[in-house]
Amino acid sequence: MAFDAQAERNFKVVGTRVARPDGIDKVTGKAAYGADISAPGMLHGRILRSPHAHARIVSIDTSAAEALAGVKAVVTGADLAQPEDEGFADVAINCLARDKVLYDGHAVAAVAATSKSIAKQAIRLIKVDYAVLPHVTDVDAAMKPDAPVVQEGRALETVPAGMSQNVTTHCQFGHGDLDAGFAKADKIIERSFKTAATHQGYIEPQACMASLGSDGRGEVWCCTQGQYMVRANCAAVLGVEESQLRITSSEIGGGFGGKTSTFIEPVALALSRKAGKPVKIVMTRDEVLKATGPTISSSMDIKIGMTKDGRITAARGELRYSGGAYPNATVDMGAQAAFAAYDLEAVETVGWNAMTNRPKEIPYRAPGAPTSIYAVESVVDELCQELGLDPLDVRLLNAARKGTLSSYGPTFNDIGLVATLEAAKAHPHYTAPLGPNQGRGLSCGFWFNFGGNTCVSLNINDDGTVGVVEGNPDIGGSRASISMMAAEELGVPYDKVRTVIADTSSLGFNDITDGSRVTFAVGLATIEAARAAIKEMCRRIAKIWDIDEDAVIWEDGCAKPAGPNAGTHPPMSLAEIAAIAGNTGGPIAGHHEVNADGAGVSFGVHLCDTEVDPETGATKILRYTVFQDAGKAVHPDYVEGQMQGGAVQGIGWALNEEYIYGEDGRLQNAGFLDYRVPVASDLPDIETVILEIPNPGHPYGVRGVGETPIVPPLAAIANAVSRAAGVRMTELPMSPPRLLKAMTG
Amino acid sequence: MKTIPVETTINGDSTEFLCQPDESLLDVLRDRLGMTGAKEGCGTGDCGACSVMLDGRLVCACLVLGVEAQGAEVETIEGMANGEELHPLQRVFVEEAALQCGVCTPGILVAAKALLEKNPDPTDTEVRYWLAGNLCRCTGYDKIIKAVQTAAAEMRSA
Repeated sequence: MAFDAQAERNFKVVGTRVARPDGIDKVTGKAAYGADISAPGMLHGRILRSPHAHARIVSIDTSAAEALAGVKAVVTGADLAQPEDEGFADVAINCLARDKVLYDGHAVAAVAATSKSIAKQAIRLIKVDYAVLPHVTDVDAAMKPDAPVVQEGRALETVPAGMSQNVTTHCQFGHGDLDAGFAKADKIIERSFKTAATHQGYIEPQACMASLGSDGRGEVWCCTQGQYMVRANCAAVLGVEESQLRITSSEIGGGFGGKTSTFIEPVALALSRKAGKPVKIVMTRDEVLKATGPTISSSMDIKIGMTKDGRITAARGELRYSGGAYPNATVDMGAQAAFAAYDLEAVETVGWNAMTNRPKEIPYRAPGAPTSIYAVESVVDELCQELGLDPLDVRLLNAARKGTLSSYGPTFNDIGLVATLEAAKAHPHYTAPLGPNQGRGLSCGFWFNFGGNTCVSLNINDDGTVGVVEGNPDIGGSRASISMMAAEELGVPYDKVRTVIADTSSLGFNDITDGSRVTFAVGLATIEAARAAIKEMCRRIAKIWDIDEDAVIWEDGCAKPAGPNAGTHPPMSLAEIAAIAGNTGGPIAGHHEVNADGAGVSFGVHLCDTEVDPETGATKILRYTVFQDAGKAVHPDYVEGQMQGGAVQGIGWALNEEYIYGEDGRLQNAGFLDYRVPVASDLPDIETVILEIPNPGHPYGVRGVGETPIVPPLAAIANAVSRAAGVRMTELPMSPPRLLKAMTG
Repeated sequence: MKTIPVETTINGDSTEFLCQPDESLLDVLRDRLGMTGAKEGCGTGDCGACSVMLDGRLVCACLVLGVEAQGAEVETIEGMANGEELHPLQRVFVEEAALQCGVCTPGILVAAKALLEKNPDPTDTEVRYWLAGNLCRCTGYDKIIKAVQTAAAEMRSA
């Protein structure tokens, strides 16, 4: 759907800062999240987890747990179906292991009991006999031919023979003559980097309440980024039909990609089927950290050549990612994103994924991109330092722009990178003075953005108000932005529109809330649904006025004659048309179904000042500014919120957050005390500058904004810290002990 | 385990409940009294999502036993608005978009109200340190700090 090419569009609603429709519920404690509802006769479920990083399950004896008073059901992997599809099979064995446990925290069995305390007591009575196997948690170690094998037979055909069976993916992107390019360089830097796995860190642990009858009909209430995804996974893992499962998404207490998979819903359904009662499962924080989605961990080599005036002549990256105990494609995205900000004559990126005895990687905001771009942007910064060049000028000189053949294949259309870099250069932050032990860093960031499968239904109510039904959980204010786009298109005030999120039985299929897709794709479908309703309203009024349909136009919320030739009929408002709908053909509605493309890539630039303490190795963020192209910011407050929130998650990744595994393969910091996310006192204000370079693929020019902001912070901070500390940092997080060690040699 | 009868006052209403001796105040509020405004983000006192007031003191309800509420005054997010009238902090949080997913919001509002009752004119740094026990993963805290200051200024001039 193309951009509406008016010379200048005067938006009335889009671009304003209206109150979100779920605001009052959320400030008064009324909003119902995953763990907030209960049902009569409900049981409490709890999951037993593996204490081993890697072990064969010899036997499971549940008899003592079953005999405990108050226990109504016990399930193991044997109670779930074995789907043929590999993706669903991975979901099933991740929900409840069958033959092997693959990581510390892997679910093994579950109970449902009449109280939480009985359920807790019961899982301790389950006896699991494990045969412990050798394990591997480091990606480089896992790629060695003699490494313990996490799963056999999972490598794609693209993986060359002779490698460890842990290596599942090999990918390669690029163009041009690398050797010729490097030969033209005045300076070549080659560096290796490592990054730790981090967790999405949503404050609301996974929670669900589920009910499944012996007739195969079931209901699930859960916090998820995609109710249709939950339905597909549950149907496959339980062996029931999708039409028989109704999934309702609760309010969601953060996701960031981490709630795009299924861990507990099939288990709760299996327990409910056995017990004949609804079952609620709420994960603990320890379970969330041990068994739900961390990111990939990585090891990377980057080589870039540059002329003395700052032109990049050639660039090569080799990425080794581990997405835990299952195959995944995150390295493909990391490899494609690595050099996307640059217009390069010769570039190559090679990616590998290797399985390790860690939890299954689940997407986290721009999955794959923050780490690869961190490594690239670190080397670009070091080249600037070595050659005495301004890092912003060098990026402007090499920036991708309209017509650039990107490093991953497509040729870019209208993109906002140059404008974003220029805004950063013009900002007072870039030239503000720095003190001792202080350094300034910057980085570009990129994300593809996504459109995807979307259904929207829009109803004109008989009192002249409007209802929008969409199928994507509202993760950061999307109900507001969808209502705003409906109001804009229909020409009615924002408060006349109410947007609700459908359960899986009330609307057609929608892809999950991911890829920064909702404001773009659901917005686009909403605009089209509104246009369909407008067309119908105009058609009906044309009949009343006895003129051609084409002679009726829609303007300012009213049907009007298109011009003097169409007659002198007074305009009819949406409310007036709605009131007589019963006499003109019945209820009026519009709907739109699409697999949306044209999402429009997104670029951002972050500027960061840090001060390092030479005695402790601690880093303080002094100032932080985010510049990002939003295409069109539908609700600027929530666009800024995405930019600020993503930046701070990146700050956590850069400075403190990491999965720490012991020699025994066990996770050592499965709690918020030791897995330290940024708190308010760690941070300065996060300044934001929104740029609006319209996306040609959306009628209002909207681009997704949610993911790009987590991409630049890793390198922006690493570059600032490296300059402040006088030593190039090549490992994340740059925690105080690691930085102190680097500074003191 | 035998349950113990507890008499307490919650948001000004006298309330009686039975709970087990090892049951947290948070579980009592959520599971026995249906007051789900306080959230469990960690159960270890690290995230602040279950912040409530106990006899005028800001506490994590997950670290307090239900039986400790005996004879005490408990205040929760459910008691913050006066009927239809929102507390200035609640209203400003909506007006200034100081929440995204909203799951940390009840705890942050309870904590921020406690701060402004103690210190009606805090610096930004004081707000940041006071709220350091309340994790928010969505906003980066920027709009939260600004909203607390807007509400504080409004309350001072009221």
